[in-house]
Parts: sequence; structure tokens; C-alpha cells
Amino acid sequence: MSVTYNFGFMDEHAKKEVRRSILKAISIPGYQVPYSSREMPMGRGFGTGGLQITLSLIGADETLKVIDQGSDDSVNAVNLRQFVELTCPGVNTTTHLNEATLIQSRHRIPEVPLTPNQTLVLQVPYPDPLVVVEPSEDKRKVMHGEADYARLLVKLYEDIVKFDEITISHRYPTRINGHYVIDPSPIPRWDVPKLHNSPALILFGAGREKKIYAVPPHTKAEPLAFDDVPFRVESFNDAQGNRRPCERCGATDSFLDEYINEDGSKRYQCSDSDYCDTVLAETKEAANA
Amino acid sequence: MGYVAIKGGGQAIRGAEDVLEALRASEGMEGAPLSIDAIENQLRLLTSRIVSEGGLYHPKLAALAIKQSQGDTLEAAFALRAYRSTMPRLMETQAQDTSKMRLIRRISSAFKDIPGGQMLGPTYDYALRLMRLDLTDESPEKFRDIARQFLEQTPEPNLPDTFPKVVEALREEGLLPQAEANEALPFDITREPLIFPVPRSAALATMARAETGSLLALAYSNMRGYGDVHPTIAELRVGYLPVMLPHPITGELTEAGEVLMTECEVVAMYEDDSNHGKPTFTLGYGACFGHNEVKAISMAILDRALQKGMKEGASNPSEDPEFVLLHVDGVDSMGFASHYKMPHYVTFQSDMDRLRTTQQKHEDSKNTKMGDAQ
Amino acid sequence: MRKILEVRNLSKIYGKGCPRCIESTGPEADTNMCPHCGSVVAIHDVSFDLHEGEILGLMGESGSGKSTVVKNLYFDQTPTSGSARFIEEDAKHEMFNLNAAQQRRLRNQRFGMVYQNPHLGLNFGISSGGNIAERLLMSDVSHYGEIRERAKELLSRTEVLLSRMDESPAAFSGGMQQRVQIAKALATNPPLLYLDEVTTGLDLSVQARILDLILEIQQERNTAMIVVTHDLGVIRLLTGRALVMKYGRVIESGLTDQILEDPQHAYTQRLVASAL
Repeated sequence: MSVTYNFGFMDEHAKKEVRRSILKAISIPGYQVPYSSREMPMGRGFGTGGLQITLSLIGADETLKVIDQGSDDSVNAVNLRQFVELTCPGVNTTTHLNEATLIQSRHRIPEVPLTPNQTLVLQVPYPDPLVVVEPSEDKRKVMHGEADYARLLVKLYEDIVKFDEITISHRYPTRINGHYVIDPSPIPRWDVPKLHNSPALILFGAGREKKIYAVPPHTKAEPLAFDDVPFRVESFNDAQGNRRPCERCGATDSFLDEYINEDGSKRYQCSDSDYCDTVLAETKEAANA
Repeated sequence: MGYVAIKGGGQAIRGAEDVLEALRASEGMEGAPLSIDAIENQLRLLTSRIVSEGGLYHPKLAALAIKQSQGDTLEAAFALRAYRSTMPRLMETQAQDTSKMRLIRRISSAFKDIPGGQMLGPTYDYALRLMRLDLTDESPEKFRDIARQFLEQTPEPNLPDTFPKVVEALREEGLLPQAEANEALPFDITREPLIFPVPRSAALATMARAETGSLLALAYSNMRGYGDVHPTIAELRVGYLPVMLPHPITGELTEAGEVLMTECEVVAMYEDDSNHGKPTFTLGYGACFGHNEVKAISMAILDRALQKGMKEGASNPSEDPEFVLLHVDGVDSMGFASHYKMPHYVTFQSDMDRLRTTQQKHEDSKNTKMGDAQ
Repeated sequence: MRKILEVRNLSKIYGKGCPRCIESTGPEADTNMCPHCGSVVAIHDVSFDLHEGEILGLMGESGSGKSTVVKNLYFDQTPTSGSARFIEEDAKHEMFNLNAAQQRRLRNQRFGMVYQNPHLGLNFGISSGGNIAERLLMSDVSHYGEIRERAKELLSRTEVLLSRMDESPAAFSGGMQQRVQIAKALATNPPLLYLDEVTTGLDLSVQARILDLILEIQQERNTAMIVVTHDLGVIRLLTGRALVMKYGRVIESGLTDQILEDPQHAYTQRLVASAL
């Protein structure tokens, strides 16, 4: 027995259905479009929703970048990239953001702003921000339709009462185009402002929960907050209040990963590996010049 | 100082594949590879489980999936499902008539005797669960003799082509409501997402390829008292169902092959008809590919429970369509459980940021209060 | 006084109904269940007007349909037929022709409801202050400090200890829970309040204090109220006008004093006599 696969693994009808759902998602910014998610040969939760979007959109002239936790070389990113290379002969892959036309990512949006020629596909484990206040999907659908997000805001209120601070760390509920509130996938708060008026199309794929949604280019994306308790991104300041630099490239404008040294002390480096490499190369060039 | 971020992913994955493969062959020189036929026949119930949970009737590929996944049922069903995603759909069968099954087993616990007769067939139900130590070093000669002897000693069966369904007799007597002619096309879960409320056909299709243990657990909760189906098995049948497809030229229904199936119909206590008609028993239905009796029974009980929940609202988890149908799929649930093993560095960084800020604020406010007190 | 609510021919039938439901139920038939089809005619042909600042009583025994009236007017249920018009200074709303979002807006911003069972009116999973915040957030107030201040103001007005505003109402006594419910209902300063058996089951002294509070609020804010109760004492103390209901029908209506002093219908006479 031997098996040959269609370009893009899924059969053409399935890809067409995914594309139709994507069009609908773009037409209604932030609305979770249900679709019949196919089984992919990797686990639900490993990016099957993002992968189906990628495979449905990818053509032979596309250049793909896959990242996980900001890195092109993490196991899952490598796995997904190899799978696309295997099932989409002729497609280029890259680790450089500026070369990519299609970027599939888990948990991060690249530090360098995206361009109108790029599409970002984010992998989503939990598509519905209302699930924390309402377990029934049926009821949540009505709440979304009526833009009824008071119970979500009450959660923020209760947070401030209890902790003097909004404690949502990632998956920060964000209102798109003034109506639907989305779960922007487990990106850190650091990345949420990048959704706002992005020149690039941003697509969200939840394979297990069978939903696709979108933040189209140049669309408003506002994290939920109170007028007097604003949304805040992660702080990378040290005890003296100085911004920590990446210890490798020196950047002070990137999301940092924290590492614990053998002696218990900590060090910090860019989470976006491509960005770190780029800054490092520029610094070396400047030093040589 | 080197860059410590996640590097060498590709190499690690290749290494993992190699060591998995080495473990599969760890018998060394003594070992012989499992043949697909051996798996399909000697592990027939395992194969049955995989065709059913994989949602694809292909016993050979199911056996291969078992082999390559080293016996992990969730992984094997998953591989079969993913393979299925790549296949175009060429045709659709019409509703098949299960009274035409070529039966290997058929029982009813509702009646001592049923039209067509009870047939115990292959079952472990009454077997003593004692370790059969003689199988530890079974000789190939003796093994090969078993089937031959069985066939020689078994008289040519004189079975009819069809067996009437037990529930038909109950319908004729008016103890069960007449089956409603349902012209609507059944819900296709492979092409449509479940948007609640969903029709019963969507629930049945979802359960037919659900993970056996998950279905059993939810059905068991109903049996134990988180629910009140109180089922009686009107009929459980196992056998080969001829699959009839329209002939591509003449359109005439033609037998294209047969699939091994398990079907179960449970009768539940009667309820008051909301239209104030005659009270009748109610029916729960379960059916799946392969020989999977516990699964078919669990499905029939849950079908009955869900019908109640769809009509009157759920008063137990097993009656809630969202709760049951979104939590019984093996591929979905095992995938998500596994995904927690993936790196979550970024989100955890975010979590630490929130906790540190909150702790700092807590410290600050404590200090202020102490300051006030002094 | 301006009219704010006009209810006409409101009916609610549970079950599929049949042509003989109406003639076969009601006070004369001595049942609200149709003997032909088994449907329950919870209310039929209820009409009344309500003016600004007025307190209207709905009285009757359990099964009379009095709670069903307010449940329909608060959109907890959908009536089988009939109309209700809510009249604001600058707008009129045909309540049952509105879409779900419009109904939700009225419910959140123009109406308030206090249930007998605090579980229906309060979310016990969040703090008392959070319960009030929820209603303000539904009305698009988005300033945390303002929400906090408003919640404090309402809770102190309804005499809930401010030191407990960040606790769940689950930890409160029954009387205190009703005070939180009233504060929540008042959060958006609605012109119309529904009170469904709010003092039933409370100690007499607690009852009296809550009834006082309701009267004070009505006087301060000129809030119109519909008070559902089986307790003639509550009707006498709070309401100016009342409807007496039996098996889904209004059998007598008029000024409360008149009804209590000189009941016309035999059933009302028995009710009043039994309360003396």
C-alpha cells in the first residue's frame, strides 16, 4: 500500500469550504464562523485550525513562515513547516519575516509590523471569550449577536476589586470593529495593540472548536478596559524601573523570555528569534562600519 | 552566552521518531513483525474499535494504524481519521435497512423468544475471566487447527436472509410509536459544524464515531442515577450489513460490499405524550461500525437521554446535547490533552507578569495600612 | 400625571391551546386548566394603565396569574397574545414587537425587577457591588470609579453595610439580599419597577423595614411600581390602585381603599374577610 496526497493534504472541496468560511469571517469582523474542521495528522490543539487555513490559502507562489512561541525552530513550528513542505511541493518556506507572505503563528505576533502583502494566521485553542462567564454555546451566540458583554466586564470589575488590577494575562478579550469581542488567541497582552488597524489580514483558526474568525486590515481592535483603568501590556522593567534589554541583541522594544540560570539568577532574551537575529546583525554591521 | 531559545526542534523530532521505531522492534533478533492480517483477525475487537472511532470502514488500514501507533487506540483512530480527510467523497449511500444484516449475533433481553430466534454468537459475556495460560506458548500448528476444526464441526447454517426487528413487533402492538418517515437528509458531521441546537441525526453521527470510553462514562452516569432512562435492550445485533449504492449507469441499488456493524435498540420507560395521545414506550438507538457492543449500548442510552434533553431541557449532564456531543470525540479530546505538553513559555511569562504586579500591589497596600496604623 | 404603561388584553397560555380553552377556564369554571386539551390559561385578557410614580397592586392567591403578568412585562416570558406599550417622554415602545436587543435595553435601562427568590435576581458568583456593576455595564457606563461610587451610593441608600459590598450576596441574610436586589434594580434609575412577592418569607420586622424603604424610594424618585403579592397588608400599605386576580382573570379593579373597604366580588369579599 502506498499513499499520495493532494496538494495541501486536504481534498479540494474541503479547502474551498474553509476559504468560504474565511471570506465570511472577513466580511463580519470578529464573528466566529463555524466550519466543519477536518482531522489533520497532528493533534487537536497543535495548530490544526491554523493549519487548515494555511493549507487552504497556500499556493505554489507563496512563502511561508511558521513560528511557535516566537521561534521558527521550536518543535511544533518545525513539525508544521515540514508537513507543509511535504504536502505542498514547490512552496517556499522561510524564517525571515520580510520574505514571508503567509505567517502561521502560535502565541505571538512578530515584533516588526506586518505589511499589506502579508497574512497572519494565528492558532486558537479557545475561540470564545465568553466561555468564562457562560458555558452554553447556544446562549453565547445570542450574547455575541447582541454585543452583550456586560458579564465579561463584570469580571474585570471583580478583578480590580479583589486584586486592584486586571489579572487577565493573555487571551485578552478584544472588541473588533466596535461589536464582536474576540479571544485573540493566547498572544501576550504585548501583542494585542498590533491587532489594531493592522495593514495585514489576521486570521484565527480553532480546529478543535471548529471556528474561524478574522481581524481584517485597518480594523479597530480595542482591548476591553475601563476609562480610568486602562489596558496595560507586560512590563519588562527591573526593580529600579529601567527597561530590561535583551541580553543577546540589546533590543529594548521586544517581548522578552525569562530564563533561570544555574545559580538562580535570571536573564532575558527576545522571544521573537527572527527579530533578535535581525537586531544582532544590524548591531554587528554598525560596529564594523 | 548562546541563544538559549527553543533550538534544534527538527533534530529532536527526528530523534523521537527513531527511538519510537526502535522500541517497536525491541524484541531484536527473536522478533517477527506483526502482520496486518494478524492484527485484523487476532485483535479483531481492537480493529473494530478503530474503524468505529476512526469513522472509516477500512479494517486493513485500521490494522495498520494499530501497528504503527503501537496499540494506542486514540492514536490509531486519529491516523485513520486524518487519512479520511484527504479522500474526496464520490457517492452517498441511502438509508440502509439493517433487517438485511447477515447476523453473527443477536439477542434481546426484553423477550425470551423473538421472531427469528436469539443467537448468542461470539461473546465474552458468559466467559470465565480466567487467565488462559495455555495461550502463552501456543504452537502455530495448534493455532491453525482451531478454525479448521470449528468449520468442520459446525453444520451448514440454514439462516434466512432477513431477521425481523424486535421493535417492529412492539410498534405493531402500539407499545412503541410508529417510526416517523423522515425525508430530511441526515446531518453530515464531516461537512457541517455542530451549531446547537442540532438535529438527532447529528447527535447519532457524532456518537457513532465517538471514543468508546467517553460514551460509556456518560451513559454510565445516566444508568447510575444522573438520569432516568432505565433501558431494556429490545435487540442487540452484530453482523454484516450489505451496503447498497445506486448503480452509476442504471441507478438501480446494487450491493457494493458489506460492513461489520453493531446495532442496539433500547426501550425506555414510557412517558406522557405532550400531545395527550396514547402513552408509549420510547426508543433509544445506537449503531456503529465494527463489533463494539458496549459502545452501541452506551450510544442507545445516550440517544434516549438526549432526545429527552432536546425536548424538555437537560436535568443531567447526559441529557445535555452540548455537554455530551462536544466531549465524546476521542480525536478532539486526546489532542487537546496532549497539547498541554507543548511549550507555553509566552503565556506563562504573561501569567508571571500579572502575578508579580498583583503581589506588588498587595505588598504596597499592606505597607500603607501599617503606615496608617503607626 | 403622565401615563407610562398601557397593557391591553394580555394572555399567556401554557400548552398548545384549543378553541375551547377560554370558555372552559377562569373563576366560573373554577380552574385555569382546560379540561379539553390540558393547556393552562395562566392569564387572559388582562388590561390596565400605569402612571408615573404610581404603585399598582396585583393581588390573588397562587395560581391566579399575578406573577405571570410581571414576568411577561419584564420579558422573562413571551405572552401568547395582547400588547403592552411603554411610553417615555420622547418615545413609545410596542414592547412585544421589539427585537431581543431592544427588549434587553428596556429591561436593563428602563425597568427593574425584584424577585421573591434572590437567586433569580442576583448573581451569587460575584460580589454585591459586582451585581450592581453588571447593570451599569449593560448600560454602557465604562468608568470604574464611577461604577464604584454609584454602587456605594445605591447600597448605602438601601442600607446595606458598605464594608460588605465586596462579598457575595450568598453570605447575606434574606432581608439583606432583598436590599441588594433593590439596589441592583435601581442602578439605572429606572422609571418602572416590578416587585414580585419581595417580602414573602421574611421576618415581620424585616418586612416592615423593606416596605418602608420601597415607599421612600417611590417618593424620592417618583418610580412607578407594579407590586405582586398575596399579602393584603402589603397591598394596603404600598398601593394606590389594585387588580384582584383569580384563575388568570381580573375579577375586580379600582382604588385600593375602595376594594379593601367595600369589595364587590364575592371572592374579594372572602379574601378581605379572611385577612381581618
